[in-house]
Amino acid sequence: MSRTASTTEGRTSQALLIAAAMIFLAFFLLLPLVAVFTEAFKQGIGAFGQAVMHPDAWAAIRLTLLIAAISVPLNVVFGVAASWAITKFHFPGRHLLITFIDLPFSVSPVVSGLIFVLLFGAHGLLGPWLAEHDIKIIFAVPGIVLATVFITFPFVARELIPLMQEQGKDDEEAAISLGANGWQTFWHVTLPNIRWGLLYGVLLCNARAMGEFGAVSVVSGHIRGETNTMPLHVEILYNEYDFVGAFAVASLLAALALVTLIAKSILEWRFDLHHGGAVH
Amino acid sequence: MHISGKTTRRLFLASAVAVVTLLSACSGGGEKSAKSVEITNVSYDPTRELYQAVNPLFAAAWKAKTGQDITFKMSHGGSGKQSRAILDGLEADVATLALAYDIDAIAARGKLLPEDWQKALPDNSAPYTSTIVFLVRKGNPKGIKDWGDLVKPGVAVITPNPKTSGGARWNFLAAWAYGRKAGGSDAAAEAYVKRVFAQVPVLDSGARGSTTTFVERGIGDVLLTWENEAFLAEKELGKGKFEIVVPSISVLAEPPVAVIAANAKKHGTEAVAKAYLEFLYTPQAQAEIARNFYRPRDPDVAARFKDQFPTINLVTIDKDFGGWASAQKTYFDDGGVFDRIYSQK
Repeated sequence: MSRTASTTEGRTSQALLIAAAMIFLAFFLLLPLVAVFTEAFKQGIGAFGQAVMHPDAWAAIRLTLLIAAISVPLNVVFGVAASWAITKFHFPGRHLLITFIDLPFSVSPVVSGLIFVLLFGAHGLLGPWLAEHDIKIIFAVPGIVLATVFITFPFVARELIPLMQEQGKDDEEAAISLGANGWQTFWHVTLPNIRWGLLYGVLLCNARAMGEFGAVSVVSGHIRGETNTMPLHVEILYNEYDFVGAFAVASLLAALALVTLIAKSILEWRFDLHHGGAVH
Repeated sequence: MHISGKTTRRLFLASAVAVVTLLSACSGGGEKSAKSVEITNVSYDPTRELYQAVNPLFAAAWKAKTGQDITFKMSHGGSGKQSRAILDGLEADVATLALAYDIDAIAARGKLLPEDWQKALPDNSAPYTSTIVFLVRKGNPKGIKDWGDLVKPGVAVITPNPKTSGGARWNFLAAWAYGRKAGGSDAAAEAYVKRVFAQVPVLDSGARGSTTTFVERGIGDVLLTWENEAFLAEKELGKGKFEIVVPSISVLAEPPVAVIAANAKKHGTEAVAKAYLEFLYTPQAQAEIARNFYRPRDPDVAARFKDQFPTINLVTIDKDFGGWASAQKTYFDDGGVFDRIYSQK
């Protein structure tokens, strides 16, 4: 009897908690999302299409995809290398490296952007040399790539380090003792073990690379059709009182994020399946 | 184990192919024919609509004259911020900023154009002028008629930050001019301006940000802003929702334009950049300037649009504040009057 009562009570509080979470989600996530899409389609699909197909909007979309296409693979290589080194080997400075990987999380994006202005700006540390050799870094695509790579630095590594730590190095040691070389061990043993975690990290990294505003805003120069990424373009259109345009581009960004989220959910589901199943 | 290794490899191969395809798709658009030229115009906030209207006119005139197509690259932001960006290496061919000091800074610190750049074009290199007026909500519920009403209790004043915005510096000086006239001394002016800034709930970084704060977010009772920005808000944004109040005294704002010589030379755009700025003085461009609510310089065009612009008692930066170099140092540099006023708020 008392047992049933406690379960019922547990159920009530459970329902209350779930309801609270749902209401919170509805207000802070769903409602803004719905608002973005409503504003975007307020004047019909024609206006939406026009806004998205505008050459400047189109250039912003292309630039954003280009930035993601460069910075994500770079951070995959770095993330895998760093977490491999950190979890499979013991070397002096290991903890320092972990701290450095976390740095972009703790530094404000605006500061990250300014770092690059101080380094590569016309009056920066390397500015005069760059000008002499006619290399443009800030207020051009390379600067935006650098800022994005910096900002998305931790995503892959942070995802992989705990996973690889948990897996330990038994599999690799077994492979080596059976005569595999380093590359073979990595390719046939480590990579298959971490692949779902890695893809998950890639998705997070990609979402941030496409959505970054602060750091990119500092190094962009805001030249339309040239150094304007999608988030910057949204702000510009909004400032021009072109609300349909602003929300149209914003809804595209949101749609990209939604695709990422769905991909993430599918991955999580598969990840759980493999994790629970007999991978080892 | 082996099969999953293969899957992984395939996944990676597929993503590598995707990246390469994307990259090549993206770099495809970059080719330029010798028959076209590109100009980067780095401007301040409220000129977006103006240059959107003027650029096609110049492009057509230039094409008729030389057969060359022009692509314009526009960048807008707070005037001080844009000046900083050009100094840091944003390769503007022309700068069209809110006040002369911001171009002076590029000449003095960056050596990107001659120090006497302001003599290169007529009228202090300012092809259009404007002034500072008030924008209030419909019916003027707080009864704001002049500068003195800004410091009444309960009036929230919206103005951008003078550290980053050119318009905000004009606002500040216009308020100062009133305070000096009303109180008879600079000390009285400082006390007055300090009281005004005590009524400012939010300092945006640029004029457009302040307009959005006032118009879209509905914050504040009065917006101190460019006359052109006030017209734009009144006539195009919220028709019938706002009223312009013309104060008893204001400042003659001269937003100057200049070719950033070093960049133009590097890009080989000296001739077209110079022609572009000279074009702003033609009757055709001047009329477009007036239609975008800037006060034209051309007397004939000004006569045609004279009903649009009220007559105001205007002080000037050179006569009443000893020029921009001095005004900037006294009021806006670190440790200047604005810092003193605002830190004690």
